[in-house]
Amino acid sequence: MNKERICGLPNIWLSHFAERQECGGCQYPIVYRIIFEVIEEMGIVGETVVVGGAACGAGILLNTPTDTVMPNHGQCIDVATGIKRASPESIVLVFGGDGDVAAIGAGAFLNAAGRAEKFTQLMLNNGHYAMTGGQLAPTSIMGQITSTTPEGRNPSLGYPINMAELAAAIKGVAFSARGAVNNIKNFHQTKSYLKRALQKQMDGVGFSFLEILSACPTGWHMSPLESLKWMEGQMIPQFPLGEFKNVDQL
Amino acid sequence: MTERILVTGNEAVGWGAIAAGCLHFFGYPVTPQNEITEWFARELPKRGGCFVQSQSETGSINMLFGAAATGVRAITTTSGPGWGLMQEGISSIANAEVPCVIVNVQRGGPGAGTTRHGQMDYLSVTRGGGQGGYKNIVLAPASVQEIYYLTQLAFYLADKYRNLVILLSDGILGQMIEPLELRSRSFAPLPEKDWAIKGLKWHKDGRRRVVMAMQGLMPTPPHPPYANYLQLLEALNKKYMMMEKEEVRYDTFEADNAEIIIVSYGYTARVSKEAIVLARKEGIKVGMIRPITAWPFPYQIIREKALNGAKFLVVEDSLGQLVEDVKMAVQGMAEVSLLGALARHDPTDVGMILPERVLEEILKGA
Repeated sequence: MNKERICGLPNIWLSHFAERQECGGCQYPIVYRIIFEVIEEMGIVGETVVVGGAACGAGILLNTPTDTVMPNHGQCIDVATGIKRASPESIVLVFGGDGDVAAIGAGAFLNAAGRAEKFTQLMLNNGHYAMTGGQLAPTSIMGQITSTTPEGRNPSLGYPINMAELAAAIKGVAFSARGAVNNIKNFHQTKSYLKRALQKQMDGVGFSFLEILSACPTGWHMSPLESLKWMEGQMIPQFPLGEFKNVDQL
Repeated sequence: MTERILVTGNEAVGWGAIAAGCLHFFGYPVTPQNEITEWFARELPKRGGCFVQSQSETGSINMLFGAAATGVRAITTTSGPGWGLMQEGISSIANAEVPCVIVNVQRGGPGAGTTRHGQMDYLSVTRGGGQGGYKNIVLAPASVQEIYYLTQLAFYLADKYRNLVILLSDGILGQMIEPLELRSRSFAPLPEKDWAIKGLKWHKDGRRRVVMAMQGLMPTPPHPPYANYLQLLEALNKKYMMMEKEEVRYDTFEADNAEIIIVSYGYTARVSKEAIVLARKEGIKVGMIRPITAWPFPYQIIREKALNGAKFLVVEDSLGQLVEDVKMAVQGMAEVSLLGALARHDPTDVGMILPERVLEEILKGA
């Protein structure tokens, strides 16, 4: 392991973004940190274009050190397609929530994956629509209480969609994995997933996808500690962590 | 010598786009504009361009947004239901102020309506269509040659104002075949697209750029420039007023001493022109004002004619949309009547408004 990289001072500081009002215990900032560290360690800050829409991540996108495009909710995947097609030398990283990718943008997601678009899609999965007040999402797990499933999700409301496994089944996908940031081991694992995903894009192999489980204590109506326990006990069994596809050639 | 070719109105869009330096197309199949999609699929790859067939018109419009955000000239084309699907994306592009060109080859509606011609998107196109109140420049050609020319103008105006420009064609213009002179137009020079995104290392000043569909919501130095919501509204308003002042275009035919003035655009303007020729032979003083920009609309010239005592006949293949603009222009000072889609010659979707029917209406009014 390269000691310098771990101990050296990063140029991009998360504290630059400290004025952002994230809720207590939100894991989005940990993912921001992963993004900033990865693009700096890979030396691609100058080439990267970050795309993200209206969601809890919108605020941080305004302050990323890269060029940024912020379309509307559900539009990011298609906008990213346009950017990458018009500017193939840019490295395009799309920051989406589970509603953005698995619901309103699901058609765009499947087709971008099918066309093997050469960009990297992140999906932060917190199991509900956090920004609008905690409604049911396609990723809400069975029994999960949300503001539109006050009695908990039951079979009459359908079942959660496992996007990372779904992506892995599509021919045009070069890389698909699911990580979490609930402990230091998973943090490092997720960071290495993001590097692999971006590398697939840079090598021009195909579509790369990384789902990241992210705790939302405010939306889940739990303390940060309870959230971590709930994620381990309930969420990870539904959404197992790991790499589902990693190929060098489609 | 200028090259002359024989093409459909739909193919003329492609030739116009290439002449304007547009090498990026995103689109989804929908009748009656498929020849445009197929033209780009055939012609762009051999010119080093990019053709993507999207999964829906929602996809096309957002891909257009992304491509144009990098500073390239890009286009999408659609019709009927596809135009409806694009509205949310169009509204986002209006907020983000990204220069885009969209072609709407109108067909009959509402709903899936017919797959043939119609002129039923006029209000949707000129009034914004999507959420939130914005203005698009709308160019309305009436011949294959004009489609070619106005497609080039569309790209110039989009870049000039960082705004959407819609080319409003229709099923008949799109399908009809006419000779086309391939003569590219030159326009005044435009500033470099310093706002475009691509990656920091390509910017001379090394500073980041932000293109966002939520301008005005959150301040972001140095781009975009609006510190708050009111500043965004003021800037958009200023831009829209500038377009209204600078970009009104129209064509007149036999209008100088006309007592009856037909107002029409697109295929019905061609039909009306034929009727006017026939009526003039019978000594009737009839002429035409044809808006080339459906927005900004040529209110002034119509108002002047109304003040001079002319009567107006609006010919359009809808239940009455353009007629609203004409009524607004004359402000009650002149009689305005409508010859609309109910005057089609055939009860099926083949029906169209024919010159004989327009002539009949002229004779009635004379």
